[in-house]
Amino acid sequence: MKNFLATRSGIVIVGLIIGVLAPLLQYMGNPGNMGICVACFERDIAGAIGMHRAGVVQYMRPEIIGFVLGSLVAAFAARDFRPRAGSAPIVRFVLGVFAMIGALVFLGCPWRALLRLAGGDLNAIFGIIGLIAGVWIGTYFFRTGYTLGRANKAPATVGLLMPVIMVGALALLLLFPQISGKPTSGVLFYSLKGPGAMHAPLFIALGVGLVVGIIAQRSRFCTMGAFRDVILFRQTHLLCGVLALLVAATVMNLVLGQFHTGFEGQPVAHTQGLWNFMGMVLAGLCFALAGGCPGRQLFLSGEGDGDAAVFVLGMVVGAAFAHNFGLASSPKGIGPHGMAAVVIGLVTCLAIGFTMRKKA
Amino acid sequence: MNTVDARGLSCPQPVLDTLTAIAGQPSGSIEILVDTQASRENVCRAAQSKGWSVESDTEENNEYRIVITKG
Repeated sequence: MKNFLATRSGIVIVGLIIGVLAPLLQYMGNPGNMGICVACFERDIAGAIGMHRAGVVQYMRPEIIGFVLGSLVAAFAARDFRPRAGSAPIVRFVLGVFAMIGALVFLGCPWRALLRLAGGDLNAIFGIIGLIAGVWIGTYFFRTGYTLGRANKAPATVGLLMPVIMVGALALLLLFPQISGKPTSGVLFYSLKGPGAMHAPLFIALGVGLVVGIIAQRSRFCTMGAFRDVILFRQTHLLCGVLALLVAATVMNLVLGQFHTGFEGQPVAHTQGLWNFMGMVLAGLCFALAGGCPGRQLFLSGEGDGDAAVFVLGMVVGAAFAHNFGLASSPKGIGPHGMAAVVIGLVTCLAIGFTMRKKA
Repeated sequence: MNTVDARGLSCPQPVLDTLTAIAGQPSGSIEILVDTQASRENVCRAAQSKGWSVESDTEENNEYRIVITKG
């Protein structure tokens, strides 16, 4: 059976669909230039369950739940569910932690970097250049024998646990809905102001998440692989999807009146160019070494990849560190320990890259 | 026949190993083993981009055996 979405036309269509849906989510309540941000949304989930207590970023984001469950559905439908695990999970966890820290220094994952650019936020250019630089460093390690080793086939439980966790997260969201004017509902925390208080209606967000999860699983959409494959193989397949997303989102923002060009006063963004760049160098290197952007890691964890699931959990824990230790940026600029965290992260990633190489 | 066993390896290694094998062998046949549909698609796409053709592509036990050739 031919997988149409994995063809060039297919991945372009997937990019266009995501590029249309993300600004619509923003139009329906998600924060500015944050129709979809895997890093920000996982950080909001960490806040919703109290792993950090940054009051402005607490919400159990349904999009993330939809990404994983949509991927699960697509994988089962296409006989593509392959429970597997055992490829250096602790390394993937640490890469997830630092990927999140880097992304929160910039204020966005690669998905949001594209959506920020599509909304006219020129600070995103530094982030995207940083992403490409981080991925480029990663390709050096791949060229010189870097590997996290083989995953092994595993019982279905291994592949189903992350989707089950997401079902649990959805159950909490439905059991403990937001109470107007209250910062908590049952066990969940909610934001009363800030980005965490801005969200599209639950079922719309969940629906978009499911749709994106389904089409991204089939097309292997990856915002890191797009740049990696050009640098490593001169292949533009995934890049076509990313460019389609950028074009569609820009057009949508123009149509919806959400396009504002400039550096200053952009939503959930700061203007420290060097650290927008450096944060994404770190994040890009982490995504490259882990084999997928944060969205791709969610889709992989939906199709049975237990190692990708560990990376996702690393990102959630990294979000807690980022806000508990003052590493995350805010619209005012980088956090008090953001620089130190980026340096420690880069040293750690370089050590992983150099030491995880097969002896030739 | 030269065999590339890329089973269990994350992206981009199956493609990287396939292209390495191609670089070391100007013509003939190469067998590649992978265990996900994504790797199968990526390997076939990469091989074809280098002018190789996919001679056979068989599935057994959720694993794929791809044979690529160049005359």
